[in-house]
Amino acid sequence: MNVENPTSRRALLVKIGLLFNGTVGVALGIPIVRYLLSPATRGRDHGYESWLSLGRLSQFPAGETRLATYRNPIVSPSDGQTANIPCWVRNVDGRSFQVFAVNCAHLGCPVRWFPQSNLFLCPCHGGAYYQDGSRASGPPERGLFEHEYRVEAGNLLIKAGKLPTPGPSALIQLSGKKTCA
Amino acid sequence: MRLINKVGAWFEQRTQLGAPISEAATHPVPRETASWFYVFGSAALTVLLLQIVTGILLALIYVPSAGEAWNSLQEINHNVSLGWFIRALHGWGSNFMLAIVLIHMVQVFLFGAYKFPRELTWIVGVFLLLMTLGMAFTGQVLRFDQDAYWGLGIGASITSRIPVIGPWAVSLLLGGPIIAGSTLSRFFALHVFVIPSLMLAFVGLHLLMVLKLGINEWPMPGRIVRRTTYLNEYRELTHTDGVPFVPNAVWKDIVFSGFVLVSIAVCALYFGPFGPGGQPDPTIIQTAPRPDFFFLWIYALLSFLPPSAETPILLIGPAIAIVVLLVLPFVAGEGEKSWKRRPIAVLTILLVAVMLGTLTRLGDHAPWSPVMDAWSRLPIPSEYLRGRTALERRGALVFQEKQCHNCHSLGQQGGKRGPALDQVALRLNQDQLIRQVIQGDGNMPAYGKNLNPPETTALVAFLETLHPAAMAPARDASRSAAVE
Repeated sequence: MNVENPTSRRALLVKIGLLFNGTVGVALGIPIVRYLLSPATRGRDHGYESWLSLGRLSQFPAGETRLATYRNPIVSPSDGQTANIPCWVRNVDGRSFQVFAVNCAHLGCPVRWFPQSNLFLCPCHGGAYYQDGSRASGPPERGLFEHEYRVEAGNLLIKAGKLPTPGPSALIQLSGKKTCA
Repeated sequence: MRLINKVGAWFEQRTQLGAPISEAATHPVPRETASWFYVFGSAALTVLLLQIVTGILLALIYVPSAGEAWNSLQEINHNVSLGWFIRALHGWGSNFMLAIVLIHMVQVFLFGAYKFPRELTWIVGVFLLLMTLGMAFTGQVLRFDQDAYWGLGIGASITSRIPVIGPWAVSLLLGGPIIAGSTLSRFFALHVFVIPSLMLAFVGLHLLMVLKLGINEWPMPGRIVRRTTYLNEYRELTHTDGVPFVPNAVWKDIVFSGFVLVSIAVCALYFGPFGPGGQPDPTIIQTAPRPDFFFLWIYALLSFLPPSAETPILLIGPAIAIVVLLVLPFVAGEGEKSWKRRPIAVLTILLVAVMLGTLTRLGDHAPWSPVMDAWSRLPIPSEYLRGRTALERRGALVFQEKQCHNCHSLGQQGGKRGPALDQVALRLNQDQLIRQVIQGDGNMPAYGKNLNPPETTALVAFLETLHPAAMAPARDASRSAAVE
């Protein structure tokens, strides 16, 4: 018997066996890869964002900027308190609003509002923003992320559901106006 | 005794491991390598084993759920006998592990151990370093507190800047649209299953190559590594002047490993476990996130990079660093091993050490971060009120109230983001002060819209008084000339 003969019956059976295993491997690989990529593909197919209410307009007095929180529209059973997301609501003049994500446009730390000086300040690297969300100083390259909003039956609604990040598409995701200084 | 021998023989007949183990233990090593400089690799392995044991103990109680993780850490700290100590061992073990791995790397670099034929040993070691860093970061995430939560936000912000695939990469990193349950679950899987199993496989490979190729000999100036002759020279060295690894060299490894374990235990007992800090509730925004010690230098770097250069440096810098480490043994695979004849190698280590040390220290102090509560917590120093006019006192109040103190210090108190203002009147005259306050500049926001004219006048009047008594404040020379 010559096992090293590449044309022998056994060598052919080994090749068929390998081919069979390879085919099964690829077939199993497809669901594994799809499973792994599901966080990315789900966002592309249906989008993560939806309209949700921040509550009655009366909570946001004209001329003031207040912290509001909402429950993220997509929640999983283990999320706990991490699905409670804050945002800054600015009632510009009683009729128009601006709703900012708390995440600094530099690296996402939570910015705090200082009504005395009308500034948002970031505790991490000192990014500062004016009251309209535009960049005032520090490392951020742009203004605060802004949520789309609408007023419906006396409630303030915003479009939210995804952590805003300073990457290229973040400007498109939160389709509020770009507030670069 | 006879029973033990019999049982031993029974196993030996079946496993046949006795001969290879004895061969590995007594293999000859160059005499000078039985040195205290050669103990860091085995110490890193010892700490890895400690991490595995303490990690398994923590996993008995830890709940990898965003809603429960923080509570389960409190449970370990307070309600489980010596739970705090096990957490402290794991936390301090992590710090010691990184420190020892870095020292080990510096030692093998300075001793030229990455040269022929140990190139692959070095490359596997580079991956082990990356995995150790990966374990430190994912471990920080599992300590699911405010720092972990916002640290993930920083990770997501950096990831999002990758061109084209950035947003998808963020979704994959977080396991969903926000930092939440699935984020913690995947970091748990990475920290507990993926990275450790890769690490064990790589450690096995690393050790196998150390055994097969022999430990790097003590470098002698002038003894040049050449691919054609090295193997014979090394064989000769170990056979003519070699000593058996066990017991001649191993006793130092054992003693040092014991010393490291005792040090970790002492740190754990004395300093206790790390956190957890505040609850990972994103609606609690009164927080100033800070990374763990070994990532402070990145935190500092992110403050100093110019905004336009930040993204390219963040994305390309690490890739370049890793490629440099990986190609090093191919570029410098032959030649001198001794650090006495490799000044650039020594300078590189010094430069990197000074750079990382400085950035870490800066990251610890974070002078660029505003003191968020300086306006409400710090007093207006009384000497800045004494002898002032009503207008100037009003200015001192504006200074405090309008968050100037958050970024500017007076009398060593307050933020360090902007310059200290104790002597600002010497640097800027009245017009310059007004312009700076209203228009801002560089790192300072413009306060034009946020101060009304009387406030600006009062603030500038106060700032003009900030100069040493014996020195005259800056003034506009042209103005006095015009009056004369």
